[in-house]
Amino acid sequence: MSEPAISRREFVRVSAAAATGLALSFYLPLSAEEKPPAVTPNTWLKIDPTGEISLTVARSEMGQGVRTSLAMILAEELEADWSRIRVVQADLDPKYGNQITGGSGSVRQSWPMLRRAGAAAREMLIATAADKWRVPASECRARESTVEHSSSGRRLSYGELAAKAATLPVPQDPPLKSAKDFRIVGTAVARVDGPRIVTGTATYGLDFTAPGMLYAMIARPAVFGGRVKSFNADATKRVAGVRAAMEVARPELPIPFEGKPGAKGHQHFLWGGVAVVADSTWAAMLGRRALQVEWDDGAAASENSAGMRSAFQEAVSRPGQVVRNDGDAAGAFEHAAHKVEAVYELPFLSHAPMEPPNCTALVRDGRCEIWGPIQNPSGVQAALKMALGLPESAITIHITLLGGGFGRRLNIDFPVEAALVSSAVNAPVKVVWTREDDLAHDYYRPATYHRLRGALDDQKRVTAWWHHIASPSVDLFYEGNISPDAGGVQIVGPGMAAGTVPNYRIDYTHVPSSVPRGWWRAVDLTFNTFVVQAFIDELAAAAGKDPLALRRELIGDASSAPANPERVDPARLLRVLDVAAEKANWGSALPAGRGRGIACAFGWGTYVAYVAEVFVGSGSVRVGRVVAAVDCGQVINPELVKAQVEGGIVFGLSAALYGEITVDGGRVQQSNFDDYPVLRIDQMPKVEVHIVPSAAAPGGMGEPPVPAIAPAVTNAIFAATGKRVRRLPIKVPA
Amino acid sequence: MATYSLTVNGQRRTVDADPEMPLLWALRDLLQLTGTKFGCGMALCGSCTVHLDGIATRSCVTPISSVGLRKITTIEGLSPDGRHPVQQAWLAEQVPQCGYCQAGMIMSAAALLAAKPQPSDADIDQVLGQHICRCGTYQRIRRAVHRAAEAKS
Repeated sequence: MSEPAISRREFVRVSAAAATGLALSFYLPLSAEEKPPAVTPNTWLKIDPTGEISLTVARSEMGQGVRTSLAMILAEELEADWSRIRVVQADLDPKYGNQITGGSGSVRQSWPMLRRAGAAAREMLIATAADKWRVPASECRARESTVEHSSSGRRLSYGELAAKAATLPVPQDPPLKSAKDFRIVGTAVARVDGPRIVTGTATYGLDFTAPGMLYAMIARPAVFGGRVKSFNADATKRVAGVRAAMEVARPELPIPFEGKPGAKGHQHFLWGGVAVVADSTWAAMLGRRALQVEWDDGAAASENSAGMRSAFQEAVSRPGQVVRNDGDAAGAFEHAAHKVEAVYELPFLSHAPMEPPNCTALVRDGRCEIWGPIQNPSGVQAALKMALGLPESAITIHITLLGGGFGRRLNIDFPVEAALVSSAVNAPVKVVWTREDDLAHDYYRPATYHRLRGALDDQKRVTAWWHHIASPSVDLFYEGNISPDAGGVQIVGPGMAAGTVPNYRIDYTHVPSSVPRGWWRAVDLTFNTFVVQAFIDELAAAAGKDPLALRRELIGDASSAPANPERVDPARLLRVLDVAAEKANWGSALPAGRGRGIACAFGWGTYVAYVAEVFVGSGSVRVGRVVAAVDCGQVINPELVKAQVEGGIVFGLSAALYGEITVDGGRVQQSNFDDYPVLRIDQMPKVEVHIVPSAAAPGGMGEPPVPAIAPAVTNAIFAATGKRVRRLPIKVPA
Repeated sequence: MATYSLTVNGQRRTVDADPEMPLLWALRDLLQLTGTKFGCGMALCGSCTVHLDGIATRSCVTPISSVGLRKITTIEGLSPDGRHPVQQAWLAEQVPQCGYCQAGMIMSAAALLAAKPQPSDADIDQVLGQHICRCGTYQRIRRAVHRAAEAKS
């Protein structure tokens, strides 16, 4: 994603009556393409007369720390007293623009605007004080929510100044602080939600309660695309506490994914099923257990993972849709002095956030109100509008804290279900999902299959790179067609070879599947980075070169490449590789059975390199240590950056070591954390994070730390054993 | 349905519930103590951990009829003011990310420290290895348990 283009036209406006204090509103651009809603600002800074400063955050908190980092940016330019900041979570409202939280974009997109808004408010407060004292504003300075006149020592608090300041015109081009003067940005400010989390008082979706609320569970079809043929709820209705049982239709809604007007529509996949509504979650569970449902399984019942593997093999045996083609990869490969070929495979994955999907809805009297852990509120509203036939103005969406997200909660299924059930019983209803419901009814990271061909000349230089990717497309699933970059296959991020290898080709083949697909933390880089970074290691071995040295060679002059769509800065990529290598003592000897592997990734404006150290025993691998180097541009909060790196490594390791969703008879075979294991504390490597100083604009941090860990580990396994792991999850031969 | 008299965070509470209703849902749905979380329903993830007479217990697989006279402590009742050494250590190490699993982690860590004031890394692995955090806060959890141990000693 490119950097947001910042318009200098009115980005801040006085938005409330002066009597209520200073209230500024300002627009946060979503992307360069989106037009700012110039007169419908989307977030507010508010200083009340007591000096408390509120910031409304219109993005969803799922652990990435957005409620802390966005507040820090604003407080910095405002010269606010951090201890008096209060963060307010925005409901969905058109005045905020698009409120989707994803693409590691919240800080990147908010940074310029929040700074300007904070600075504008600061200048207005200073001007107010200067006017009162009849001194030039240049003799006053703001600090800790107070304006001070330097020579006389007179002081006025923001609370005292706010009402008058709000009557001034908003400066359109206020001076911004220099990075060297930052005193909040760049510091390890504690997460604003920490105290509520450790005392159990933070409110996640599952914790929300409305007066008179009922609880519901839904029996969904086990086979993707299945439908209710008939059901018998006699036994269910005898369960104490059960109030009702009803079929939940599976509406075929042409819902644009992000709820964008004019976006191309698609029949968004919903589950349907039979809902049981009760006085408690437990009664709903018992009632669901007592249901007898006859299902029409539909066409997906014949799908299984083995068949998909055959389809993948078939797909890569022929040319696919050519996504990129520099030079003549096929010809160069044909006539190469040395050829390297490999096939890589990755499975479907589930998101499995710790808080299972859930949502509370109240649909009554022509209105709909939703409370839930939602990443994509505008998409939810668009879906509800169609599912309920209500105007947008009748639909209110409140966003709770999210107990993890990872992309699962970008989907609109769980709020729509809740609304349909509420509508049927005319009461507030919380629909609760079990872990089993979650693993069997996700929008999965697609399984992918990769054929790699590389060529070396007689000087052992890489002359050709040909990568054919086959997978069920995510784009096709969400948007109904495959975009020109082939289902969201990003090339440059993982594939630093683009532009540096003269003959370079990427093919893509969509392989049909009934399994719903979705964006999973770090999206296509989760498979492409693994494959590219592992295959570079294979080429290094074939060339007799050090894996770091070959990476340096391939990155070398990427800036002069004919196309570099993500504008990778080779110097920054090299720097993170070098820092990780140096801190990990790359090249030094290790005892037998141990190995060290290196890998890097670029995406969302951030550069990451890992050196992983593994111990390989008979049939087992343990990752002992990971040395990380990250360049994310201007750091907002180093502890939040480090936490994202630690967390990205855990997320990526869970997938690399254990994660696999398989399908048989059109249904998922895994059900809970016993057969879909994830990393636990006893397997946690020692993670060392080195933040590389950078003056660049802030990069994203939610996703960039995930992709490079799997290849760093498999490359380390090769270093330890001489064996290549080309299929995830990792299985080490005994 | 039956009536149960429970001692929760030092208070007597009475609930009418199905004998098989897991304590988790009684706490959450009947007593509005939502700090205890649901993650798996099978004692695999530890999010639902509470203390029964000080013993860390998975409330998702504990039928309410089995609680008896044991005193229940939830995250809301771990300390009167949120200043239990484990809670303080959790904040000092900036452990939580999304935070959803942390109540269970904190309850298990507090029980571990009560039983073993100076736990080794192996002790931490054994006890907290029965928990899951998808955000990946494990390294900070380990540091926080050691920090809390130091604070208590």
